[in-house]
Amino acid sequence: MSASFAAAALVGAILSGTSLLYATLGELVGERAGIVNLGLEGIMLIGAAVGFAATSLTGDPYLGIAAAALAGVVGNMLFGYVVITRHANQLAAGLTLLFLGFGASALVGRPFIGAIITGLPRYGGFDALVWLAVPTALLLYWLLFRTRWGLAVRAVGEDPAAVFATGRRPELLQYQALAVAGLLGGIGGAHLSVALTLSWDEGMTAGRGFIAIALVIFAKWNPLWAVVGALTFGGAESLQLALQASGADVSPFLMNMIPYLLTLVVLVFWGLKRRSAAPAALGRTFFGVE
Amino acid sequence: MQRDLAMNLHGLATPAARQRAWRALAVGLAGLGLFALLLILDGKDPLRAYRDTLIYVFGNTYGFSELLVRMTPLLLTSVAVALPSRLGLINVGGEGQFYMGAWLATAGALAVPELPVWLLLPLMTELGFVGGALWALLPGLLRAAKLVNETISTLLLNYVAPLIVSFFIFGPWRSAESSSYPQSPAFTDAARLPSLGSTRIHLGLLYGLVCLALYGWLMSRTRWGLEMRAIGGNAEASVRLGIPVAGYVIAAMAVAGGVAGLAGMGEVSAIQGRLVANLSPGYGYMGFLVAWLAGGSTVGIVVMAFLFAVVSSVGDILQITQGVPYAVVNLLMAIVLFIVLAERGGARR
Repeated sequence: MSASFAAAALVGAILSGTSLLYATLGELVGERAGIVNLGLEGIMLIGAAVGFAATSLTGDPYLGIAAAALAGVVGNMLFGYVVITRHANQLAAGLTLLFLGFGASALVGRPFIGAIITGLPRYGGFDALVWLAVPTALLLYWLLFRTRWGLAVRAVGEDPAAVFATGRRPELLQYQALAVAGLLGGIGGAHLSVALTLSWDEGMTAGRGFIAIALVIFAKWNPLWAVVGALTFGGAESLQLALQASGADVSPFLMNMIPYLLTLVVLVFWGLKRRSAAPAALGRTFFGVE
Repeated sequence: MQRDLAMNLHGLATPAARQRAWRALAVGLAGLGLFALLLILDGKDPLRAYRDTLIYVFGNTYGFSELLVRMTPLLLTSVAVALPSRLGLINVGGEGQFYMGAWLATAGALAVPELPVWLLLPLMTELGFVGGALWALLPGLLRAAKLVNETISTLLLNYVAPLIVSFFIFGPWRSAESSSYPQSPAFTDAARLPSLGSTRIHLGLLYGLVCLALYGWLMSRTRWGLEMRAIGGNAEASVRLGIPVAGYVIAAMAVAGGVAGLAGMGEVSAIQGRLVANLSPGYGYMGFLVAWLAGGSTVGIVVMAFLFAVVSSVGDILQITQGVPYAVVNLLMAIVLFIVLAERGGARR
C-alpha cells in the first residue's frame, strides 16, 4: 500500500464519515431524551433531496444546507407530535417516518435528477461542514454534560417522572431534543448530495441512517465517541472506494456489505461486554403524571 | 417498548369491529385527501389517478387479479412479523429474508433444472423457506444470547441481502442472453409455480393463506402458541415457569424468516421466472405495517394486505400515467399511518 493510497483513504474516511457523524449526533441527542427514531434514514433522505433541490434552485449550497436542516426539523416535529403528544409507539412511528422520507424525497427530488450544481466550496481540501463536524460534537458534549439544559434532557431519558417532579416539562425537552436531531439529520443527508455526490438519486442514503443508529450504541451515547465511530465507518466506506479505484478485483457488491456487517460485528462485541450505557427510559412512552 | 409494540400487534383483534371500520374509512379518506393535496401542489392530477386506479383495479377481472398478486407476498411478510411479535420480538427484516428466500430458491432452480416439476417446485419451496429462515436465524441467535437487539440487526441485514442477490446476478449467475440488464438465466418451466388461468395469480397465494391459517391455529389452539403468548406477556415469569424462552425466540425468528423467504420464492418462481435486482418494492417493510395495523389478527392481516395492495396500485398508476416515481406512494402510506398512530396512540397505556 502506497502512502498516497493511505492518504486518499483517510481523506475519504473524513468525507464520508462527516455525514454519518451529523446523523449519529442527531440520533444521540434524541435518544438521550429517551426517544429512538428509526426514521433517521427517512430524515436523511429528505435532507439530501431538499438540500439538493434548494441548491439547484438558488445556486447557493449554503442555502441548500439550511433548507435541508429545516426540512429535517419539520420531519422530526411531525414524528415528535405522534410519539410525544399522542404517545404512539416509537418503533412503528419511526418506520412510518422512514416511509415518509422515501416518498417525500422521491417527490421533491424527481425534477432535479441529473441537475448540475456547484457543491459546497472546499477550504484546504474540505468543505465547511467537514471542518464544523468535530466542533459540533464538542458543542453537543458541552450542551449535554455541562449545561442545565443538557442535564434536564439526560434526566428525561433516564426518568421523565423525576424531571416532571422538578417542575420541568419532559415533553418540551423531548421536542427540543428532537428538533436538534432533525436539524443534524437533515444536514447529514444534505452533506451527501450537496458536498459529496453532487447529485440526487432515489434512496441514495442506502441505510446510512440505520448505521448511524447503530453508531449511537457504539458511541455509548457519548458525542465524543461518535466521532471515533463515524471516522471508522467512513473509513470502511472509503477503503472500499479506494480499493475499487486502485483496480482491485473484488466485487463492489461484496465490499458494499462491509459497513453493515462491520456494524453488526461491533454491536456483538459491545453486547459481549454486557455493560449498557443506554438511557433507562429509552423507547418508553411517558404518559405524564396525574 | 418492545412489549408495548407486540401488545399493539395483537391486542386489537375483533370486538367493536363496525365502529372501527368506519373510523378506518375516515382515516383512509383523510389520508387520500392529504396525499391529493400534496400532488396538486406538485402540479399533478391526483383525482385522475384515483379514478384511473378504481377503473383499473375494479373495472375488470385482470386488474382485480393483480391485487391478489400483490397481496400474496404481503400475506407472507406480515405473518413473518406477526409470529415473532407474539413473543415481544420485532422482526423488521422481512425485506432481507424475502431476498434470501428468492436467492436460495433460484440456486435450486439453476442447479437442478432437469428435475421434474413435482420434485423441483417442492425443493424450491423448501429452499426459499430455508434461505429466509437462515437470514432470520442470526438475529434470533444474537437476541437469544442477549447480544444484539433483533430490531437493529434485522434492519442492517436488510441492506446486505439485496447485495448478495446483486453479486450473483452480476457475477456467477449472469445470463448470457441479456447483456444490458443483469439477471439470472430464465427458469425452466418445471421451476415455475403454476398460475390461475391467464392471470398472474399463483400458487403462492395458497402458501400465504395456509401460513396465515397455520399461524392463527398455532397461536390460539396449541401449547406452543400458549407458551409463546406467555413469553410475550412476561418473559421473566416464563423463564421461571421453565418455558425454554431462548429456544422459542430462535425458533420463532427462523420460522418467521422462512415464511418471508417463501414470499421471495413465489416472486422469482411465479412472477419473474428468473432472479432480478429490485425484486421487492418494499414488501418486507409493508408486511411490518400490515401486521402492525392488523393487530396480529388473521382476518385483519387479510384486510390490511388487501388495502396495501390497492394503495400500491395507486403508486403504479401514478407512475404509468403521470410520471410520478413509484416511491411517492410511500408518502400516501406514511400519511395514513401517521393519522392512525396519532389517533390510536394515546388510547393505550
